[in-house]
Amino acid sequence: MNSVSIFVQQLMNGLSLGSIYALIALGYTMVYGIVKLINFAHGDVMIVGAYAGYFVLCALGTTPLGMVLAFVAAMVLCGVLSLVIERLAYRPLRNAPRLNSLITAIAVELILQNVMRVLPFVGPDPRQFPTMATRMFSVGIVSFSNIQLIVIVLSAVLMVVLNYIVNYTRTGKAMRAVSYDLGAASLMGISVNRIIATTFVIGSVLAGAGGVLYATAYPQIDPVMGYIPGLKAFVAAVLGGIGSIPGAMLGGIILGIAETMTKAYISSQYADAISYTILIVILLVKPTGILGKKTRVKV
Amino acid sequence: MKNKIYRNMAIPGVVALFAVIVPAALIKANVINAYTAQIITLGGINAIMALSVNIICGITGQLSLGQAGFEAIGAYAVILLTQNCGIPLPVSIILAALVAAFFGFVIGFPTLKLEGDYLAIVTLAFGEIIRVVLVNLKAITGGPNGKQFPTMLSTDFVWGSTCSYLTIVGALVVIIILLQNFVRSTYGRAILAVREDEIAANANGIGVFRYKMTGFVIASFVAGIAGALYAPFIGFIKPDLASFNNSINDLIFVVLGGMGSVTGSVLAAFVLTYLQEFLRFLQHYRLLFYPVILILVMLFRPQGLLGMKELSFVKAWDGIPGLVRRIAAAVRKRGGTAAERRQADE
Repeated sequence: MNSVSIFVQQLMNGLSLGSIYALIALGYTMVYGIVKLINFAHGDVMIVGAYAGYFVLCALGTTPLGMVLAFVAAMVLCGVLSLVIERLAYRPLRNAPRLNSLITAIAVELILQNVMRVLPFVGPDPRQFPTMATRMFSVGIVSFSNIQLIVIVLSAVLMVVLNYIVNYTRTGKAMRAVSYDLGAASLMGISVNRIIATTFVIGSVLAGAGGVLYATAYPQIDPVMGYIPGLKAFVAAVLGGIGSIPGAMLGGIILGIAETMTKAYISSQYADAISYTILIVILLVKPTGILGKKTRVKV
Repeated sequence: MKNKIYRNMAIPGVVALFAVIVPAALIKANVINAYTAQIITLGGINAIMALSVNIICGITGQLSLGQAGFEAIGAYAVILLTQNCGIPLPVSIILAALVAAFFGFVIGFPTLKLEGDYLAIVTLAFGEIIRVVLVNLKAITGGPNGKQFPTMLSTDFVWGSTCSYLTIVGALVVIIILLQNFVRSTYGRAILAVREDEIAANANGIGVFRYKMTGFVIASFVAGIAGALYAPFIGFIKPDLASFNNSINDLIFVVLGGMGSVTGSVLAAFVLTYLQEFLRFLQHYRLLFYPVILILVMLFRPQGLLGMKELSFVKAWDGIPGLVRRIAAAVRKRGGTAAERRQADE
């Protein structure tokens, strides 16, 4: 293999990792855009999704039907879970200081991790995630595996659907209105509670899909593995400008490519450190992220 | 007036002296066993970390999620200074804290320009970077397996636990005294003004960035001391010391005790450290119990257990005469009624 095709190969790896980050980052950014809360539990919701997919795949095998059902199960379970979390933990604190909701989000994260550890059918031990056999395709100098193809195509489809929901439906319009001005939106007759719950559900449905995709690409799951991809996705959301949906997609893909390129060409051990460094540098140059809007502070 | 100043210094002084010497004597006399002594001493280190987080989050008002990174820097620095440079331990503890403060200065320079959540994320990122670097600089830090640091505090069976307690709680008391004086100085008042309202503080001629920096450097110095005491006390450290979870633990002490309350966060650190050990019989469920308490406190007492208030020994002392008078009055009243009853009987 010559250096060009290796480079293209790494680009594909980066793109597939980046689209998973982007899927998870969307949940962070949508919730932040609407209630200004860093939802630390998001990464763990993603792992719940991965486990749901795991059980479905174990029962049905890695047939196409099994894969589809695994995605559906993960997305439904994550949606319901986030509805419960929002209702019990976040809604009572909506008017509390920001730090309190942040601490609550961290507490919810710890609860999710530890509940999974004590549940008898999950347990603390890592498990092998059943995946389909890898097959390689090549078109010209671009070669990719079937798993990468699924990851990239499915993420793209989900993002297009999300884009449609946010920009072309009544719910999407209401979401944008609430995110722009919560008080005014509620005066216009928008049910703010319902819209915020919907946002949480949409974000978590994407996280559920992201969880199954992540587990398919890196086939080992354990209850605390949500921390690293969750953190990375969050970094991606901030990188793109937190609160901005195209920003999260862009940030995720930039981070994924940067991380794979670092692993391939610089150092695999320092890859994490380098992605955090990118975040810091971008925030210093443009303190609201790549696509974030600057808000003026008025006295 | 002079008498009052003298008294205001004497009462906390006596309390502090008792808090340091009495448990140390009990540990030496084996009334408090070695296991409990270790937990209390660990509580002392956690209390120092809680103070560090309190300085930056509660007093300066800047949310930092990477304080454990500075703790790790302090811990590794003290080992390197003692083992590789041959500097005696007490001196290298101070030097290690200065190293952490220097890192605080270097990191604070770019990051403190950011605000709110962005600052929180950048400090989190720096904490993670410190951890990754510690894992990978195998030649200096021993890599993911960590580093041994046998000292008299961790290995001596006769005096080890007593000395650890004396050093660590002694350091805690000194830091509390210095911190209280600092908060009431010109600098401290300026920092509080920055916390309350940056724009108003700026309009009143307070250099916002400079005072945020002062708060951040002091916080990293204190975190460095906590790390530098932790390493010789435990005798073994790993890069995980810098992990995000560790930073969060320290933040939890402060949030539960009350943001901005020094006594609150110290108290919370001791109580929660003990609680973590006490709940060990619950096994895995122990880890579940802790976040549930956290959510309940956030829901029902959002400002933390003490809020911004401080427990004051001086005020408690002042309250004693009033309390005695009230009790005496109550006793007299009851006595009076009893006497009247007796009279009526006769």
